[in-house]
Amino acid sequence: MTEHPPAVVSASKLGLTFQTNDGPVQALSNVDLTIGKGEFVSFIGPSGCGKTTLLRVIADLEKATSGAISVNGMTPEQAREKRAYGYVFQAAALFPWRTIERNVALPLEIIGLSQAEQAERIKRTLELVNLAGFEKKYPWQLSGGMQQRASIARALAFDADLLLMDEPFGALDEIVRDHLNEQLLDLWDRTNKTICFVTHSIPEAVYLSTRIVVMSPRPGRVTDIIESTLPRKRPLDIRETPEFLAIAARVRDGLRAGHSYDD
Amino acid sequence: MTWLKPSWQSVLAVLLCLVAFALGAMSKPEVAALAEPTATVAYPYMGAKALIIGLLLIAALVSMVTLTPIVEATVLFVGAHAAAWLLIKGIAGFEGTALAPYFLLLAAAWLLAWRCVALLSSLRPSESVARNALRLIIPAIFGAWILIIWEAVTRGAGIPFILLPPPSAIGARIANSLPILGSDVRQTIFKAVLIGYIAGNLAGFAVAILADRVPFLRRGLLPIGNMVSALPIIGVAPIMVMWFGFDWPSKAAVVIIMTFFPMLVNTVAGLAASGHMERDLMRTYASGYWPTLLKLRLPAAMPFIFNALKINSTLALIGAIVAEFFGTPVVGMGFRISTEVGRMNIDMVWAEIAVAALAGSVFYGVVALIERAVTFWHPSVRGG
Repeated sequence: MTEHPPAVVSASKLGLTFQTNDGPVQALSNVDLTIGKGEFVSFIGPSGCGKTTLLRVIADLEKATSGAISVNGMTPEQAREKRAYGYVFQAAALFPWRTIERNVALPLEIIGLSQAEQAERIKRTLELVNLAGFEKKYPWQLSGGMQQRASIARALAFDADLLLMDEPFGALDEIVRDHLNEQLLDLWDRTNKTICFVTHSIPEAVYLSTRIVVMSPRPGRVTDIIESTLPRKRPLDIRETPEFLAIAARVRDGLRAGHSYDD
Repeated sequence: MTWLKPSWQSVLAVLLCLVAFALGAMSKPEVAALAEPTATVAYPYMGAKALIIGLLLIAALVSMVTLTPIVEATVLFVGAHAAAWLLIKGIAGFEGTALAPYFLLLAAAWLLAWRCVALLSSLRPSESVARNALRLIIPAIFGAWILIIWEAVTRGAGIPFILLPPPSAIGARIANSLPILGSDVRQTIFKAVLIGYIAGNLAGFAVAILADRVPFLRRGLLPIGNMVSALPIIGVAPIMVMWFGFDWPSKAAVVIIMTFFPMLVNTVAGLAASGHMERDLMRTYASGYWPTLLKLRLPAAMPFIFNALKINSTLALIGAIVAEFFGTPVVGMGFRISTEVGRMNIDMVWAEIAVAALAGSVFYGVVALIERAVTFWHPSVRGG
């Protein structure tokens, strides 16, 4: 890296141990990571490697038990209270009693924006995720892909610069997923947000990211951080280029080195 | 044989008609008349007997021919109900004298009505008007036959009035006692039930929110609430009468005790019903307790809360009526039932029961309708 943008997330020696009935489980250990503004960072690894836990620590949904972490230069709790990030979950988690429009309005209502401001932002974010025209529909009237797009719109609505996405397309089929990946890249390019993206798909991670954080389980740790050499504009067929395949091979090597393919 | 498609109901109905015809006399006076052909003994069904058997046979036989279901159902409907009407009309004045053929013909008519309902239930009309009409007609025929059989059996077999009055007598009693029934409904339903229901549900709801907000209350109150729910209402009612007097407040108090706990438990369960992901979502918005409660947890709890409202709608009615057995001014449904049963006015007791059933159904229906409007999004309502 030639330039050093201001750190949005910075973690050092971060660790988290869950106390369970079977004794302590080390979900994260010794994680050192700095994420700069405007980066698209993917966290990849097998289940149990702590990638979701790391995202939840950044979001202040879990508390680290050792080490230090800052989000936008604040503690995660302060950052959460300042609504520093939008979070997209594995499922859309839209409220079925609210229309798509009112779902997107949910964070805006909590923040306490005026009706006019709400309407303007709803319109803008729904257009951003190509859901204009579906404002009055209920979530259960839409397909899974559209629901997940609505949940991304909801996370974007209050204009946080950081977007945390926890396997947002994991439950969708590959065709829809390709399409949404393309749209997500486009959205990232236009809005210049910082995105942290958890996935267990190697092609998805390589296609989307400027940096790929490879993680391994028992204990959850970072085994490799790979800088992507792909250009910022990425058509879907970039995935057949030798450059893409080389990066994918490095990710796979990183996973193997962390014994992710054992047992 | 494509033009012939007999159903087991119509075949059995034809057989019953033939057996009834072979057995001859429909009633004891008819036996007497047949024994003495010279004497002029009045007996039921002098001319109508052949008509009844004929109607049933024609309806049964026509229904065996392949027709469109709607024509077949109409034929069966007319045949079965005309025959039933003639049977009930003919026995008037000769109650308790019916013999086996009377009951056989009643059974035959019932079988044809059964076949008619079966046909109607299998219809799948495309127009929504027809669908809605069918949704009403099918249970109406069903209900009508409960009354027809009740009426025909009590009158035909001469069941003592004290044991079971025929529905026509209960209907007449309702029509003649409207002012009394009206004042009873006002006293019991509009005062004791409604006020107790509203107060009990609001109290249960408020305590549930309180228990949710204050952890020590959740630990302490729920077990005690459990005990309150186990209180025998029969034991509590006299005490409430001592505390709150003879008039409706004591009955409302019983209703409050009965409705409080279902609302408390269901609301507490409902508040825990929202998913982890949704609650994490609210947390990422730095949403406080009250916004999370209002925007997420209460809407998610609505199916549970309406469950309690529906359970309580019937509990409240039971509570108020039973509580009136233990002292009341001279008005009220429970009071009327307990005094009229002592005066052997069983038709009045049944009239009160019918009114209570009607009021209970309307009450439940209104709550269920509001539920559909509020929880339209729930899979059980939207059918997805």
